[in-house]
Amino acid sequence: MSFDEKLAEGSAKAPGSSETVDFRASIVLATARKDLRSELRAGVFVSQILPFALLVLILFAFALDPDRGVLRRVSPGLIWVTVLFSALLAARRSRGIETESGAEDVLSLLAVDFKGVFVGKVLAMWIELCVLVAALLVGAVVFYEADFSGFWLLGVSGLLASAGLAACSVVYSVLAGGVRGGESLLPVLLLPVAVPILLGATRSWEAGIGGYQGEGWASVLLLGIFALINWVAGAYAYAALVEES
Amino acid sequence: MSSLHPSPDLNALQRGPTGSRATRVLGVITLVFMVATLYMALVGSPPDEVQQDVVRLLYIHVPTAWVAMYLSFGVATLASALYLIPRTRADFWDSVAAASVEIGVLFLGLTLAVGSIWARATWGVWWTWDARLTTTAILFVVYLGYLAIRNLSDPGPSRAKRCAVVAILNSLNVPLVHLSVELWRTVHQKPTILRRDFNPTISGSMSATIALSVVAFTLLFAWLLIHRFRLAWIEREAAQRGLAEAITSRRAEADALPETLEVLS
Repeated sequence: MSFDEKLAEGSAKAPGSSETVDFRASIVLATARKDLRSELRAGVFVSQILPFALLVLILFAFALDPDRGVLRRVSPGLIWVTVLFSALLAARRSRGIETESGAEDVLSLLAVDFKGVFVGKVLAMWIELCVLVAALLVGAVVFYEADFSGFWLLGVSGLLASAGLAACSVVYSVLAGGVRGGESLLPVLLLPVAVPILLGATRSWEAGIGGYQGEGWASVLLLGIFALINWVAGAYAYAALVEES
Repeated sequence: MSSLHPSPDLNALQRGPTGSRATRVLGVITLVFMVATLYMALVGSPPDEVQQDVVRLLYIHVPTAWVAMYLSFGVATLASALYLIPRTRADFWDSVAAASVEIGVLFLGLTLAVGSIWARATWGVWWTWDARLTTTAILFVVYLGYLAIRNLSDPGPSRAKRCAVVAILNSLNVPLVHLSVELWRTVHQKPTILRRDFNPTISGSMSATIALSVVAFTLLFAWLLIHRFRLAWIEREAAQRGLAEAITSRRAEADALPETLEVLS
C-alpha cells in the first residue's frame, strides 16, 4: 500500500460520517519512512549535513591548537556543539520535505492526525542525528585522539539527547517557517532551547571519559525528562501550528 | 478608555494617553510604594554583615526577578493557554500575553544587569558560568525569540497561535531556572524566600524591605501591563480600521469603473 493510500485510509472521514478511523501508528511509521526515503533519494544528509559536521570538527581543531591536549579534554562539548549546528540544517531539510509541493496542505485536507506526523518526523530525524553523533564520535577519536569509555553511558545519553534535540528541531522549524526571515531566525529560537541538551549530553560524556559515571547518569535523567517533555509538548504544539497555517 | 474590556475606543489614539482614572490611582499607589522601597533600601535597612552596602542591590534584583520570571512569564503562559483553548480564544489574550512578555523581558534584563553589578562587587567578576546565571541568560534569549517571532510575523490569528505556542514552550524553562541552584553545584545562593519549607532565610528589616520591594514592583508590573495592553489593542484596532478603509476605497473604485470606461469611450 502506498504512503498516500495509507494516509487516506488511515484518517479520511467517510462522507456524512463523524467517525474517524485512528491509524496513528501507521501514520507515524509512514511519515518516518517517507522522510528517510526522501533523504536517501535527495542525499542531503550524506552529501551536505554529514560533511558539514565533520568540517566543523576539523575547524575546532584549527582554532583550539591541537598540540596541547585541549581538544581531547573538551571533545564531548565540541561534539555536541557540532551536533546542535548540524541539527539546524537537518531541521530545515525536514521542514522543507513537508512544505515542498504543498504536501502539508494535502495532509490537512485528509484530516490526518498531525501528532502522528510529528512523531514520525521526529523519529526520522532522531535516526539521522544518531548516525551523525556516531560519525562525530569516530571523527573525535581520529582527529582529537579522544579516549571514550563507558559505552552504556555514552550510548544512552547520546540516544536521549538526540531524541530531545530531534523533537525541538521539528517544532521550531515549523515555528520559524511561517515567519519573515525564518531561516535566520531558526538558530536564534532553537539553540537557546537546546542548551539543556548540550549541558546534559556534555556532562554525561565527560563523566564517561573521566570515569565518574555516577554523575553522568544524573545528567542522563535530565536528558530523559527533557526528551519526554519535548516529545509530548512538541506533538501538541506541532499539531496546533500546522493545522493553523 | 475607561476599562480593560476588549472594546476600545479608537479615538483614544487622538486623545493620546492610555490611562484612566483607575490607572492613575494605581500609578500613584505604585509611586508611593516605590518611594517607600527606595527609602527602606537606602536608609531604613542596615548594611549586611558580610556584603555591607552591596546587599542593597538585592532590593532591586529580587523583585525584578520575581516580576520577570514568575509574574510576567506566568501571566503570558496563562494568557497564551487561554488563547489556544478554542472555547476561550480571543484577541484579548494574545495582546495580554504579548504585553506581559515585553515587560518580562525588560525586567529580566534588569535582573541580569543588577545581578552582574552585584557579582562584580561580591565575587570579583561581572559574569561567571554558574548554572543559575546561565539558565537565566537562556531564558532571556528564548523570550527575545518570542518577541522576534511576533515582530517578524504578519498580525492575525496565525501569529497569535504561533506566539501562544512559543510562550508555553518557553515557560518550560522557568522551573529549570528556579531549580538550577538545587540541580547543579552553583555559587548562586539557594532560594531565600520561595523555599520548599515555606520558611524564608531572611528576617528583620531586610525581610520587610524585600517584601515591600516585591509589592512595589508587582504594582509597577500591573500598571505597565494595563498601559502596554491598551496601546497594543489600539494598534490592533487602528490596523483593522486601516484595512477596512482600504477595502472600502477599492470597492468604490471598482463601482466607479464602468462610468469611467463610459467616459473614456
